[in-house]
Amino acid sequence: MTNLVGWLRFGWATLTSMRTALILLLILGIAAIPGSLLPQRPTNPVGVADYLRTNPEVGPWLGRLGFFDVFGSAWFAAIYLLLFISLIGCILPRTATFLRELRALPDAGPGRLDRLPGHTVGTVASAPAAVLDAAQAHLRERGYRVRRTDAAISAERGYLREAGNLLFHICLVTTLIGLAWGSLFSFRGTAVVVEGQAFSNTLTQYDEFGAGAAFSSSHLSPFTVRVDRFDVRFEEGPVQTGAAREFTAHVTVSEPGRPDTEQLLQVNAPLSIGGDSVHLLGHGYAPVVTVTDGNGDVAFSGPVVFLPQDTNFRSDGVIKVPDARPERLAFEGVFLPTSVSGGAGGMVSAFPDALKPELLLNVWTGPPRQETGEPESVFSLDKEGLTQLMNGDRPVTVGLSVGASFELPDGRGSISFDGWKRWTKLQVSNTPGGWLVLVSVMLAVIGMGVSLTVRPRRLFVRVAAGAAEDGEGDDVPAGPAGAAASRVSVAGLDRVEGRGGLTEEVAGLAEACGVRVTVAGTDSEEQQ
Amino acid sequence: MIAYYSSLAMVTSAVLYLVAMTAHAAEWASVRTAKVTRPVPAMVGAPAEAPGPEVAVAVDGRRTELLGRIGLAVTVVAALTHVAGVVLRGVAAQRAPWGNMYEFVTTSLAIVAIVYLVLALRSGMRWLGLPVTLLLTIGQGLAVTVFYVDVSELMPALHSVWFVIHIIAAATAGAAFNVGGIAAILYLVRTRAEARGSVRGYLARIPSAAALDRVSYRFHAFAFPLWTFTIAAGAIWAQFAWGRFWGWDPKETWSLVTWIVYAVYLHARATAGWKGRRAAVVAVVGLATFWFNFIGINLLVSGLHSYAGI
Ligand code: HEM
Repeated sequence: MTNLVGWLRFGWATLTSMRTALILLLILGIAAIPGSLLPQRPTNPVGVADYLRTNPEVGPWLGRLGFFDVFGSAWFAAIYLLLFISLIGCILPRTATFLRELRALPDAGPGRLDRLPGHTVGTVASAPAAVLDAAQAHLRERGYRVRRTDAAISAERGYLREAGNLLFHICLVTTLIGLAWGSLFSFRGTAVVVEGQAFSNTLTQYDEFGAGAAFSSSHLSPFTVRVDRFDVRFEEGPVQTGAAREFTAHVTVSEPGRPDTEQLLQVNAPLSIGGDSVHLLGHGYAPVVTVTDGNGDVAFSGPVVFLPQDTNFRSDGVIKVPDARPERLAFEGVFLPTSVSGGAGGMVSAFPDALKPELLLNVWTGPPRQETGEPESVFSLDKEGLTQLMNGDRPVTVGLSVGASFELPDGRGSISFDGWKRWTKLQVSNTPGGWLVLVSVMLAVIGMGVSLTVRPRRLFVRVAAGAAEDGEGDDVPAGPAGAAASRVSVAGLDRVEGRGGLTEEVAGLAEACGVRVTVAGTDSEEQQ
Repeated sequence: MIAYYSSLAMVTSAVLYLVAMTAHAAEWASVRTAKVTRPVPAMVGAPAEAPGPEVAVAVDGRRTELLGRIGLAVTVVAALTHVAGVVLRGVAAQRAPWGNMYEFVTTSLAIVAIVYLVLALRSGMRWLGLPVTLLLTIGQGLAVTVFYVDVSELMPALHSVWFVIHIIAAATAGAAFNVGGIAAILYLVRTRAEARGSVRGYLARIPSAAALDRVSYRFHAFAFPLWTFTIAAGAIWAQFAWGRFWGWDPKETWSLVTWIVYAVYLHARATAGWKGRRAAVVAVVGLATFWFNFIGINLLVSGLHSYAGI
């Protein structure tokens, strides 16, 4: 039994030792590396799939060991949890010790001062008490805490170092608490909104949504954002041609019980609505088309979101017209904002802005289908029950510039390319622990700055009544008859190395005591 | 036109750093050493009177001193052209010159050069001359040949005060890490020589191992809180730009790895058995991770930060 307790003690002492903290930190650093070099599932699922395809041998093993989601893996969590247990186990006793030290006076110091740096001795023509008074005043002025006895002073300065260090380590813990809180309650979702359309903050309107374990949909604040217009400007000069230069979404925000407001949404300037943040993440094109069916009725009319595929915004998309009669219609193809002919693929886009937009589509038809209500991606076409319209043995290709229309063969209807709009990808998010993390990190920086600059120092003065026996005090002018004389010795000690000026400070103290300074001993800090 | 003068100044500074480095190399090579049987004052903790072992001390010939001064003078001129290059670049771009890797590298190296000159002129630390000019020659050389891009506007994601704060802090912390890392490397070299009792030639001209260790620590102690702040400022910027302050992007991950390595360094210095040599090795590893994050990640891995590309 005692054995077990002994082992537990030993385990705890080991876990909370400086050496263990050092090694755990080292392991944490090494463990993070694969997460940056291998594709990670949460941020780059496509990269992971590619990696698995090109590395069929090692890939699955890496997957099993969690290397494609390092930062969510159990072993990564184990390392940082151990580290933080070690940290807490280290902070608690240190805080207790520090508080005790704060309340107590500096300790008496070593028995002999003559081995300490800057050791200075001398005889002065005043009584011990007067010498100590002078020393005490001198030290107080310099911010030392002083412990005084009849014949000695020990003084200490630099308590802030330990305070800063503790603040820093405590802030590491509160940072982690903030992060944990955030990951429990946070949510983040994205939605694509075409110019002129609106997004309401409810779960059904999101294209993608992710939330922490403690999230509930009642956490979404009720608001609507309408994107009235989206401005974008691209570099037209010879350097970095086509790079984005400016994005601005002009939006109207509605909240219950408040008048609508018009606002600007830009990269780096998110909106904050009812505690949620709205960010502008991306943009693209939505060609506006009108499809007339075989019966001559308008079966579809409006913008269709196409997804950009390259930096010049060649965009892929699908136009589904399930209501067309007698046969339903579907179109699949690309939108080229600045179309030029080139390459084996035929037409390409040469610039991201819509300078010469063109729509290239293949056509599919099939008998009407019962609505199943099953969710279906708007960006891909389920070709079951559909046949591609052919012209001989070649697929029919519709090529349209703005304003043009195309008559489908055999009276199946027509499609016209009326124009285009831009769409924006909005992200709505809320991470509740954010402020705690921010405050903690800032306090941690301050604590660390204090702890790394403040250098604790201890100074000691010892006095004895009477003149020196060894004649060292010969030159001390004799005071009035019967005046007191004291033999004084002064020395100092730095708690941490790395700070200069100890010898000077001891000399200053000695002078304040009235000693003419002849420095003995070495001060390793002073030698360069 | 202004952009042209900026590039010209950068190229000139690279060449001048090379000249300065050559002068410092010649300075170090020309050091004569003499064997003496007196304790060297620079040996920490040597008792004042006890007869020491036979030790080599540098005998500064006039030629050595002259070469050193030439090296320093050329570095001053090089640094002036370098700073002019950075400023002109900003004027040409009409913004702070921190928009891509070429600009990051040239700006941080300018800070390294200024810090070194202050140390050399005010604190007598000219012994940093050879390694620092070596670093500056390689860095500026790479910048003007490999990383160079013409002046262009910033991407929308970079229009943020937090970005500016982030970059200034990163460049300053980087400069201090580099000087601290150089001191750590010199410390490793010098401790080996001291242990073997073969402190000769140029090694006799640099400070004692204990002093190098202290210099190294001071620079790291300055750089580390700043680096922490750099990461925090970057996270705030990411919160504004992308709505998440941390996303394990490769650049973010490596900043954290660098941060952890330096935290290990600070802990190592306070741990028995890790003080000194091992701590210095950790500092050098820290510098390697810093450079890998600065250059390697931009070139090898694509992430949200790849705007910095060349
Ligand atoms: C998450 C893990 C940790 C990190 C990132 C970390 C980081 C740091 C940093 C940056 C410093 C130097 C700044 C300063 O002095 O305020 C430091 C110092 C220190 N840390 Fe930690 N620490 C961690 C865990 C621990 C643990 C578990 C212990 C307990 C064993 C510990 C004990 C200390 C001590 C005693 C110092 C002062 C060293 C000195 O006197 O120079 N740390 N730590």
